[in-house]
Amino acid sequence: MLEKIGVASTEKLFESIPESLRLREHLKVPAAMSEIELLKRFEDIGTRNQAAQRISFLGGGAYSHYTPTIVDHLISRSEFFTAYTPYQPEISQGTLQAIFEFQTLVCQLTGMDIANASMYDGSTAMAEAVLMAERVTRRSKVIVSSAIHPQYLEVAHTYVQHAGIDLERAEFDPASGQTPASAFDAIDDQTAAIVVQSPNFFGSIEDVSTLADKAHNAGALLVVVVTEAMSFGLLRSPGACGADIVVAEGQSFGVPLSYGGPYVGLFATRDKYARQIPGRLVGEAYDKQGRRGFVLTLATREQHIRREKATSNICTNEGLIALAATIYLETMGRRGVQEVAHQCAQKAHYAAREIEKLACFSLPFSAPFFNEFVVRAPAPASPMLDKLAKEKGIDGGIALSRFDSKRPNDFLVCVTETNTREEIEALVEGLASLSH
Amino acid sequence: MITKVTTHPSQNEQLIFERSQPGRAGFSLPALDVDETSIDEMIPRDFQRDDDLAGMPEVTEVDVVRHFTRISTWNFSIDLGLYPLGSCTMKYNSRLNEKVARIGNFANLHPLASEAESQGALQVIYELQQHLAEITGLPGISLQPAAGAHGEMTGIMIIRAFIDARDGKEASSRRRTMLIPDSAHGTNPASAHLSGFTVKTIRSTAEGLTDLDHLRELCAHGDVAGLMLTNPNTLGLFEKNIQEICRIVHDAGGLVYMDGANMNALVGVARPGDMGVDVIHLNLHKTFSTPHGGGGPGSGPCCCTKEMEPFLPVPRIVRVNNGDTSADSRSEIPNYRLDYAQPQSIGRVKAFVGNYGMMLRALAYILTHGYDGLREATEAAVLNARYIAHGLLTDYEKPFDSPPMHEVVFTDKRQARKGVHTLDIAKRLIDYGFHPPTIYFPLIVSGAMLIEPTESVGRQELDQFIEAMQSIAREAVEDPELVLNAPHTTRIGRLDEAAAARKPVLRWRPKENTEPLAVAGG
Amino acid sequence: MANVPDNLHYSKDHEWVRVEGDTAVIGITDHAQEQLGDVVYVELPKAGEDFAAHDSFGSVESVKAVSEIFTPISGKVAEVNQSLADEPEKVNKDPYGEGWMIKMKMSKSGEVDSLLTAAEYEDFTKAESE
Repeated sequence: MLEKIGVASTEKLFESIPESLRLREHLKVPAAMSEIELLKRFEDIGTRNQAAQRISFLGGGAYSHYTPTIVDHLISRSEFFTAYTPYQPEISQGTLQAIFEFQTLVCQLTGMDIANASMYDGSTAMAEAVLMAERVTRRSKVIVSSAIHPQYLEVAHTYVQHAGIDLERAEFDPASGQTPASAFDAIDDQTAAIVVQSPNFFGSIEDVSTLADKAHNAGALLVVVVTEAMSFGLLRSPGACGADIVVAEGQSFGVPLSYGGPYVGLFATRDKYARQIPGRLVGEAYDKQGRRGFVLTLATREQHIRREKATSNICTNEGLIALAATIYLETMGRRGVQEVAHQCAQKAHYAAREIEKLACFSLPFSAPFFNEFVVRAPAPASPMLDKLAKEKGIDGGIALSRFDSKRPNDFLVCVTETNTREEIEALVEGLASLSH
Repeated sequence: MITKVTTHPSQNEQLIFERSQPGRAGFSLPALDVDETSIDEMIPRDFQRDDDLAGMPEVTEVDVVRHFTRISTWNFSIDLGLYPLGSCTMKYNSRLNEKVARIGNFANLHPLASEAESQGALQVIYELQQHLAEITGLPGISLQPAAGAHGEMTGIMIIRAFIDARDGKEASSRRRTMLIPDSAHGTNPASAHLSGFTVKTIRSTAEGLTDLDHLRELCAHGDVAGLMLTNPNTLGLFEKNIQEICRIVHDAGGLVYMDGANMNALVGVARPGDMGVDVIHLNLHKTFSTPHGGGGPGSGPCCCTKEMEPFLPVPRIVRVNNGDTSADSRSEIPNYRLDYAQPQSIGRVKAFVGNYGMMLRALAYILTHGYDGLREATEAAVLNARYIAHGLLTDYEKPFDSPPMHEVVFTDKRQARKGVHTLDIAKRLIDYGFHPPTIYFPLIVSGAMLIEPTESVGRQELDQFIEAMQSIAREAVEDPELVLNAPHTTRIGRLDEAAAARKPVLRWRPKENTEPLAVAGG
Repeated sequence: MANVPDNLHYSKDHEWVRVEGDTAVIGITDHAQEQLGDVVYVELPKAGEDFAAHDSFGSVESVKAVSEIFTPISGKVAEVNQSLADEPEKVNKDPYGEGWMIKMKMSKSGEVDSLLTAAEYEDFTKAESE
């Protein structure tokens, strides 16, 4: 080939790079490994992730749900997993139709009019929602509930630090674990949005309808954040409660925990804001013969056309993960999602009742919850949970001291349909034995 | 001899919602094994869903398998053949990397599990960090950004934070200009804007390189915070004056950000850090072969100089002792931890540690290639692009004379005389069984076709591609209508995108006034 | 060739102005709509907003491009062509008629005279495309 193109040597291919910049030695990375060696190496490293083998009651933004076998089979098809952005609709209808179905499912779950093709994850979706609220209202203050996932709040702060948006905090009520409407009394005619998570970081279900009224009375938007998307199967949809923008983490729908990613951000809003939504959108279109197909549409919002005036700098979506969520939701279907949500709530409430029976443990928050709740231990939670993991093989929850040093004894417990009665009983017995 | 595809093999398939029938189900769950209480006792009625999830599909497992298998056949994919999208690096996605990402001890690991019990996961991140730092020559690194544009935003925020700290808020506030070449990807200006910068555009020379005189002129006013440069640039040309470019920007008090979209031309051959670049983002889904997945997930690590490291997002993943990491894999002593104590950090850009599954795949890619394989991949990628550049020269206009690196730009100038444009050529390529190149980008080249073959293709297929392009060039002269109405072999023809944008239909809704479908099987 | 009616005034940003008493009717030229391709969305101001000459008063979108539109003259918006919200394609089909965009009460009387005549505009677009 070199001969055909008239280049004397491989080195000459790189002549446009000044010689002083060309590496003379090889990179200091290891020599190539064979398939056998590589798998062995990763299997070995993996054994150091003892937490992956524990009975787990961890939630807090990432959830262990059952995934039907066909999800991984179908997303592993070459046609989906080795394709790219559907720039050429004639040879991308598989991806485009799947995204159209994804957008529809997200609308149905959230109770909203339109949804995009997905964002990186729940946390970045929330940050984009804050930016969008500022664009829509041309107001610069955003009030966020302090019961939102702490990492989501950090991401929002990073995103808005140069955008001229003031993020103010609305404190949750330490008795109920909810953010009352009165916490948002700083709302005024410069407030773009109030942002609330429900169920919130502590698992408490917020009174979203009341907060919607609070926002709308001031001409602001209500942004609702959901980290446990399975709750859509049982709880009133944010859309039905009056939300203007709904963002959610879609990991619960057939996506492995995978130490935090890749996940998929859901982003839904009202029809009237279609031209303000960030990210990709797929819409219906027809060819000359009247055959239905799907295309990327309303692209003029996006960075490749509007450049610095775009609605977001996001270029891609989380295609394959959105596909996994779509296949999950279609396989489980209407009744499956309801059944999983029902089991999660039943099992979590069973666990909560049993833990509450223990002499030294209590539930500090009174608000209704879905499948996560805070437990107050008689002693610092963090060392107790470490001990529970080591001695009983159970990850009993997330110590809240990681996020708030004033809550040393509190920990967040999550129960899903994958936790059996035996596991719940083992957790309760383990806690009882450690509190002595 | 190139053989044209004739007809599309697969059948029609409705939307899943149109297949749905009440009562069908594709799931099975164990019976509830705890004492059941009424939902009303747990959750007030007002908080409960009241629409019964109307509209959600009800189908069987085999319905779902057939549905997605059928619609999948409407996609082109890397595994089908050459997918020469310029600046997208559509290289082969190894199945071995997929297997690695699915190892239970990684796939089932919760992101908030204790550090002590997640040492394997942290070790993978740390090792990948080390390798990417070596490949780029930039020692500071964060793997948190979830995509290229996200890594860009992170890099630009770091530049802003660095200048704020260096100059003080007052002086820094006068440095709010970000220079971006006219050939840049649209995410560059969008990311700069998100970080509070005003964009000024640098012209390209007739040669297709950054105009140094214009750069000097723009740098003369003391307001430049930085330059965002893709190298090789989006025309596939290496910015041979890169050291001079960096010097001009540095002398003006600015920093140089490199968009690493085109790193597949450089790995193992040259390092941005050695060129004078201060910050770069990488695309693990391009250069390091993690699957594109129909548009994500990506991963966009941000690498920077030692001086800029304190500003990277938290948490950082650090090694806490000097012990040999490979010694005892069951050691009780943690070797890695999450470090939040970075007071100058720009903050977190994403929940948890980033797109971890992509990190596993990228590390597997690096380890299976080794130092030799990484360099060989770069050499093959450049050789393949040069081969295409050579092969198309007789039939297509090549607007820049300089030899390209890993991608090459051609235009429709000759075909346009017959009324055949880049879009038509792209659509006709589909009939020959190839994915079209990136078209109409970069914006500064009228009718651009940006072709990046990558290393994952052999000479035979390159010859077939060249032959197909030559054949289309002949058709454009002899039978332009054939090209103008392409593609002829796909399930659907060109779609009316204007109508779709005027009255957007972004979701399925049930048809009104139709009788509900009967329950199947009673 | 694009249609350039004699009775209108033109700007170098490819807008046209038709004077009706103290009101200016404004739209984009046939040449501009040809360059844009199928118009899919027109963003217009609200009646009552004030603009100086050369201000951006909205934008026109095709499938893959956005162009800002500028007021050739100063004044207050008196009326907006609401029908473009539903039928933006009017800008393509009838740029000088049903595709008009806004009507403005002119605030500076002499401004219109500084705009291009039909012949000057034709020369301008020819020069621009070379």
